[in-house]
Amino acid sequence: MTVTAAAPAPDIEEDENSVSSAFRAYINRLRGGDVGSLPAVLGFVALVILFSVLRPDTFASSRNAANLLVQATPVIFIAMGLVFVLLLGEIDLGAGYTAGTSAAVMGVLMTNHGVGWPVAVAACIATGLVIGLTVGLLVARLNIPSFVVTLASFLGLQGVLLLIIGEGGTISITSPVIIGIMNNNLSPLMGWLLFAVVVLGYAANLLWTASARRRAGLPVASSAILVAKVLALAIPLGAATYLLNLERAVNPLIKSLRGIPIVVPFTLVFLLALTFLASRTAFGRHVYAVGGNTEAARRAGINVPSIKIMCFIIGSIMAAVAGILFASYNNSVSPTTGGSSTLLYAVGAAVIGGTSLFGGKGRVVDAILGGLVVAVIQNGLPLITQKAGIQLIVTGLVLLLAASVDAISRRRSAATGR
Amino acid sequence: MTSRTTESGAGAPLLSLRGVNKSFGAVHVLKDAGIDAWAGKVTALVGDNGAGKSTLVKGIAGIYAFDNGDYRFDGRSVHVTNPKQSAALGIEVVYQDLALCDNLDVVQNMFLGREMRTGLTLDETTMERRAAETLAGLSVRTLKSVRQKVSSLSGGQRQTVAIAKSVLWNSKLVILDEPTAALGVAQTEQVLNLVRRLADNGLAVVLITHNMNDVMRVADSIAALYLGRTAAQVDARTVNTTQIVELITAGYSGDIGLPPSVAKEAVA
Repeated sequence: MTVTAAAPAPDIEEDENSVSSAFRAYINRLRGGDVGSLPAVLGFVALVILFSVLRPDTFASSRNAANLLVQATPVIFIAMGLVFVLLLGEIDLGAGYTAGTSAAVMGVLMTNHGVGWPVAVAACIATGLVIGLTVGLLVARLNIPSFVVTLASFLGLQGVLLLIIGEGGTISITSPVIIGIMNNNLSPLMGWLLFAVVVLGYAANLLWTASARRRAGLPVASSAILVAKVLALAIPLGAATYLLNLERAVNPLIKSLRGIPIVVPFTLVFLLALTFLASRTAFGRHVYAVGGNTEAARRAGINVPSIKIMCFIIGSIMAAVAGILFASYNNSVSPTTGGSSTLLYAVGAAVIGGTSLFGGKGRVVDAILGGLVVAVIQNGLPLITQKAGIQLIVTGLVLLLAASVDAISRRRSAATGR
Repeated sequence: MTSRTTESGAGAPLLSLRGVNKSFGAVHVLKDAGIDAWAGKVTALVGDNGAGKSTLVKGIAGIYAFDNGDYRFDGRSVHVTNPKQSAALGIEVVYQDLALCDNLDVVQNMFLGREMRTGLTLDETTMERRAAETLAGLSVRTLKSVRQKVSSLSGGQRQTVAIAKSVLWNSKLVILDEPTAALGVAQTEQVLNLVRRLADNGLAVVLITHNMNDVMRVADSIAALYLGRTAAQVDARTVNTTQIVELITAGYSGDIGLPPSVAKEAVA
């Protein structure tokens, strides 16, 4: 076994690892229905080009780019948590109002009771935890379909939010720390530093994995593929960093406005932590197993109910964090925080990114890619038409398109046996 | 037990069941049934629908406990009442519906529920190496990569993965429930070869099957159940297909099997 890489079948080894065969394998995967996040990436690029051509002054500006990123993050946070629930093949319709309710708890504690922000944030997270635990217990222990349980929590939490805030009222948020999350920027130097850390960290991770596999005598991807992967990350990130470091204040002399929004590294931390959880730990593996074949997971000795409960807790905690972001962005919490179509945008983000509604397939980063597509539509459409009706119809169609891509890719995978 | 054992020179069996009974309410499913399985041998467990094959196997695996009877494993009398105990003894069951996750790859499936880890993280390289070694040890060459998703595998390849999964854990006895039931000719051949290699590698194999061809191809010993009783456990070289079919359908064949009076009484 130790000499596999060298001796027995060098032609096959080479064939599997060369760039052209890796590319062929990728094309085969696509044709087999395993499209991953490709539709999201293509959709994002196409929409950005479309809106930039139609509205070169308003859409294609660095100010709008920063706005778009910041607007996208609360939905992305809900979607990142939803990925875990969707991986099980379940749904959490109450995630939007979980965000609102948690944010309201935080706002009331800070504004009405003078509690410091660390305690208020902890209470906000705890609210999410309790909601997730309750929903999870009902779904996993009583076997009530998650659609029904979370439809109930969607309605119920809407009421809780109203009671906490009081009809028609809003709670203003004044804590500079909370407001800063969505409104402050990194200095340009820090931005490039962040860029370097992310790209080098990604490269180091790839190299480390490759060397561990080589030591174990397992097939390793060629270095050309590794370089291509690093470049595929570095080029768009570099461009985004450059764009965001441009001056974007209306009048720079009064107050300069430039740099990567602080919320970007904030999102990256959550992305890394959740990706680690999903792909590198036994827990994550078990989540995919439960979503793929619950019976097989049960027979393998996996505690299926506790996996489900944990996923709903993760989903609700991420929603609570999204609640903090909403509060920070709006400087307030109102009875509509996390309401209207927030949840649908979040589900749309996860599905557009490539997470399957049928369970077992998806990644945390999908939520970010899909969330950016949703944000581009939300941001770009109003610049083209003021008619809310058309905006809603287009958003609905895009969601439908994403769900169709999911369903068609599933049918194709079934047909090609993938 | 009324069966006649014609095994010779096989040594002590790894698994030995004698006088095992199991009832579900008023239904007496197993009546003084018994079976032996030897390390290095394939023991076919045959019987018509409802003969009690599945009940016997589920009892061995500890899915439920036998009402009474002697259950000996590796020379010791054991009491197995749940699947964890049988797994601890080294007994693995490959069920007919396989229990694989389509969305996971071969390595992930083989280690599902028993992932190896270093600290908090999964030890992917060790798992992949051990999976590849196990498959190589079984001379499996039909898999292109152990990182293929199970959804991309054929029925025979899936069966191969499920069987390889069962031998990964230093198991001593592997029970296969109808492993060739849904397979084509070529894939049946692959799986039967694999079953043979399991035994050649020193494991005790119990093969549940309906297919006489499979039995004659790979079995060293044949245990026939007839309406909850062990009609006979015979050396595969000493019987022909007709005799086995008679054992399955009538409970006796010439002078082997249940005494005709017992066999007839069992029907009534």
